[in-house]
This record gives sequence, structure tokens and C-alpha cells, in this order.
Amino acid sequence: MNAFQRMNTALMIDESRKIFKVSRQAFVDPDILEAERTQIFDKCWLYLGHSSELAKPGDFVTRQVGGRNILFARDGKGNLKAMLNTCPHRGAQVCREKHGSAKSFQCFYHGWVFGLDGTLRSQPGETSYAEDFKERSTSNMQQVPRFESYRDFNFICFDKDVESLSDYLGPVREYLDVICDQAETGMTIVGGTQEYSMRANWKLLTENSIDGYHALTTHATYLDYLKSATGALAQVAFEGSARDLGKGHAVLEYKAPWGRPVAQWIPSWGEEGKRELSRLYDGLLKRFGKERADRIATFNRNLFIFPNLVINDIMAVTVRTYYPAAPDFMNISAWALAPREETEWARKYRLFNFLEFLGPGGFATPDDVEALEQCQRGFRNSAEAQWNDISKGMGKENPSYDDELQMRAFWSNWNEHVFRVPA
Amino acid sequence: MQAIARTDVEDFLFAEAELLDEWRLPEWLELFTDDAIYYVPATDLAVDASPDNNLFYVADDRFRLSERVKRLMKRTAHAEFPHSRTRHLVSNVRIRKQIGDELEVSSAFITYRTKDAVTDTYFGSNRYRLVPGGGTFRIKEKRCLLDSEGLRAQGRVSIIL
Repeated sequence: MNAFQRMNTALMIDESRKIFKVSRQAFVDPDILEAERTQIFDKCWLYLGHSSELAKPGDFVTRQVGGRNILFARDGKGNLKAMLNTCPHRGAQVCREKHGSAKSFQCFYHGWVFGLDGTLRSQPGETSYAEDFKERSTSNMQQVPRFESYRDFNFICFDKDVESLSDYLGPVREYLDVICDQAETGMTIVGGTQEYSMRANWKLLTENSIDGYHALTTHATYLDYLKSATGALAQVAFEGSARDLGKGHAVLEYKAPWGRPVAQWIPSWGEEGKRELSRLYDGLLKRFGKERADRIATFNRNLFIFPNLVINDIMAVTVRTYYPAAPDFMNISAWALAPREETEWARKYRLFNFLEFLGPGGFATPDDVEALEQCQRGFRNSAEAQWNDISKGMGKENPSYDDELQMRAFWSNWNEHVFRVPA
Repeated sequence: MQAIARTDVEDFLFAEAELLDEWRLPEWLELFTDDAIYYVPATDLAVDASPDNNLFYVADDRFRLSERVKRLMKRTAHAEFPHSRTRHLVSNVRIRKQIGDELEVSSAFITYRTKDAVTDTYFGSNRYRLVPGGGTFRIKEKRCLLDSEGLRAQGRVSIIL
């Protein structure tokens, strides 16, 4: 029996003494990664992509989701399709481009041609096959077992019996609404994907993405930068709360001094920016009334959707997902999301904001990468130094954005998945 | 304008690489004009994509570039503390064209970064717009086009490429 099989939990919890600890074995053990693959990534809804990435019929992207190669395409009727990118004939990947526009997909190995929806159209030497070969569903590219969407966020699941995406998201939907309602005609992914990696366990990025506690120390130079850039800060203090949204989902909602392109003005954006932002704010006011308009415009949200999707509506909006390649290595993909109808001015400053903070070339993310990689190095001592502490804010009625409630929500649900006794 | 030899440009680019490898970043910054830009686009974009409507890794104007340098010289720039060791190799230098008093120059690069017993390799091409003057050049634009698919496994561009 390996060490993992002898475990029945990775958590040490004592509410009365405000103890919440996570075993560091969870970050290093290959058997735990294997359990995560079968009990989390094969069972939970996983983010595939945004509808705006496939603007017109024939548009496609290929990406890895939950260890599978997926072909995500818009067919001739305009419907979105999520297919396993493998030829039903002998298994080769059918589409080998990362993105593009096509009339059909052809497997180069033996020349089978598939429609945009994966239906077999033709294959060389057709007369040597059974007469009804093309009518058989097994001759087509296989669709993923489940494929559903919410507000243009498309998800797939490899468990055909999973609950609906809508039920899975539950109260997350309301936060996605708040984020998407900043646009009048829908949100869009802006061109360009940030693809990077970290030599660290994937769960470290979950924690980091919803960690309001590390900003002042890890991101000291980013805050220095904002202070030295003239007028880069609004007269707003960091303040807000954390919420457990169930099923491992969580959110931080808070005010912060940076500029928000929808819609918190900072002096460096000048009069032009002020006019633009008040126009946007007035639009929100008309559509939603003051309370919701203020929430959309001036609150930041770090939204975590179990197990590996982060949608941060902060100084810009980022969509970020990540997968383990090994216990100590993850691959990350990140995109910028923006209102479709945004003016050139707003789009430019949104992206300027994004790059200041976010991404592997920004003034903040590289230091997160460093922190997470240093944690992973520290875990080499996990046989002796066994536990992580995430007890900050335990027992509080209203946990603050810089407490650790949201991480406890993630870990509790993770633990249930990984150590669930099979029925 | 006097004809400019490729070797003049090479000498300049080699000297730039040396400043970067010796972490003499404030001096390196002085190579840039006041309206300079330094770009590292995402790798799934067209070579001439604009950062105004596309997501890049780095899109610095001169102010942000100076802040990047300031940041990298601090102990609190954790990703580069202690400083990694780097080696910027510059090759295949070509003068593409001369427009007015500016030169368009391209080069190929391989940059090694090593820290904590891990060595990463960055490779691609640099497109420069150089302004000659006083027997040397100043950089008006440096666009660094990575050949790799994203930043796997480097994970970050915490150094200057």
C-alpha cells in the first residue's frame, strides 16, 4: 500500500481551536495527482473556451483540456462543437493547427475528411468499406461526453452523468452575470494568448489566484510602481469580503485603488478617460440602477470556479486555466476578456492595465511564479515539515478579502473528491 | 547620411547584450530614445500586431520601461532576486531598410537564463528601429518575437530579452 492509500484525508481541521492545515503531501505525491485526474479532472466541468473565440462558421481552436486534445469549432449552422481531436480510423490528431478557419477537417494520415461538426464526409477507397459505413456514428469524430455553456463561457465534462453546468455553477452564475453585465453587447476575448508554465503544483495557483493576503509583500514592486506613476491610484482603500460559493467555488469581492476600465477613474487617465468612464457608468446606471451599477463598476472580483478556472475582474479581466503535467509542474493559459463594444481608448488602457500587473511579463505575475516555485522547493522538506496553515480568518462572521476562507472552501471540496470512498 | 555598415550595428547590439548580461540596466535604459517602446508579443499573434488591441507579454512605453528597470534593481523584485545569470547571444544581424534617419534592423537571439539550478532558453528574433547619431545608435523600438510556443517551460519573462 502506498502512502496515499493509507491516507483518508489531507486536511487537519479543528474549528474550535481555529486550526486548518493542509498536508504538503498533496503537492508532491504522484498517487495524489493520479487520484486528481480520475476524481476531479474526469468528473468536474472544465473550461474549454469563450464563444467569441469562434466568431464565424468554420472558426476553430485546438487545446488541451483535462489531459485530452479537444477540437472546438463552430459548424456551418453556427453551432459550437467540442470534439475529441482524434481520427476515428486509427487515432491520429485530425486538426494540427492551434487556431484558424476551415471548411472541413482532414486527417492527413489516410485522408479521411470530416465536416465542421466531425461527421465523416469521405474517405479514400470508400468502395472497400461497408455500404452503411458513413451512416454509422462510430465513423464520425467523437463529441465530448458533455458540453454546455453559460454566458458564452463554454465548459466540457468527461463524465456523461454529471449534473448540469448550471447546477454545478450555482451561485457562481450571479458573479459571472455581474462580470459580463459590464458589456452591453457581450464580452469578447481579445487576440493573443498568454501560455506559460510554473514548476509548481497546480493547486498552488488556485490558492494564489484567490489570495488577498500576499499582495503587499509579494507585489511590493507593483505597488511601488503604481505610487511612482503619476495619478495611477484612486482615493480608494483595499476593502472587501470573501465568500464560499459551494462545491469548491469561491470569490473575493473588494475595492482597490487601481483604475478599472469599467469604471473606476484614476487621474492619469485624464479628461478623455473621465468622459469615457462617466459615459460607461451612466449606461450601467440606466440598465441596472445605482446599487448594481456601483458593484459592477467599482468592485473587483477574483472568482474561482472549481477545479481550475479563475476569472479575475480586477484592473482588467483575465480568464486563466491551468493543468498539472506532473506534481511539480503546471501549464497555464490566460486570456484577456473585454466588452465587445469597447472604444479604442478603453481597450488600449485595459490592455495597458492588464500587462502592468498580469501575465509572465508583468510587474506582478513573475513574482507569483517565483513564490509558487519556492513553495514547491520548500515542499522537499515535506516528510518532516508536513503542514501548510490556511487558518487566517477562521471563526470570523465576515471574513475579509485577505483572509483564507476561500482557500479552505477549495481544499474542503478537493479533499472530498480525492478521498471519497467509492459508493 | 553616411553609409552605415552592418558591423557598426552589430557592435552596438553586442554592447547592448553585454549591458543586459552584466545587469547594468540603468545604463541599458539610456540606449533608448524618450519615445521608445519595448514589446514582447504573445506568440500566437501576427508579427506586426499592436498592443492596443492584442494581448502581449510585454508592451512598455519609455516610462514603463524605466519602471521595469527600477523594479528589476530592487530586492523586492522577487523573481530576479538574487539576479539570475543570463547570456544574450546575438546573431544573423541584418539592416533591413533605412527610412529617413531610422534604420530597421533584425537579429536572431538565444538567451539563456539560469537560477536555482534551472536553465531556461529563450529564442527568437529582435526587430529594432535604431536612430544613428554621434557614432552610435539609440533604440526607438525593440520588438522581441519569441519563436517558442508561448512561454513553456520558461514560465516568465522576468529578465529583459
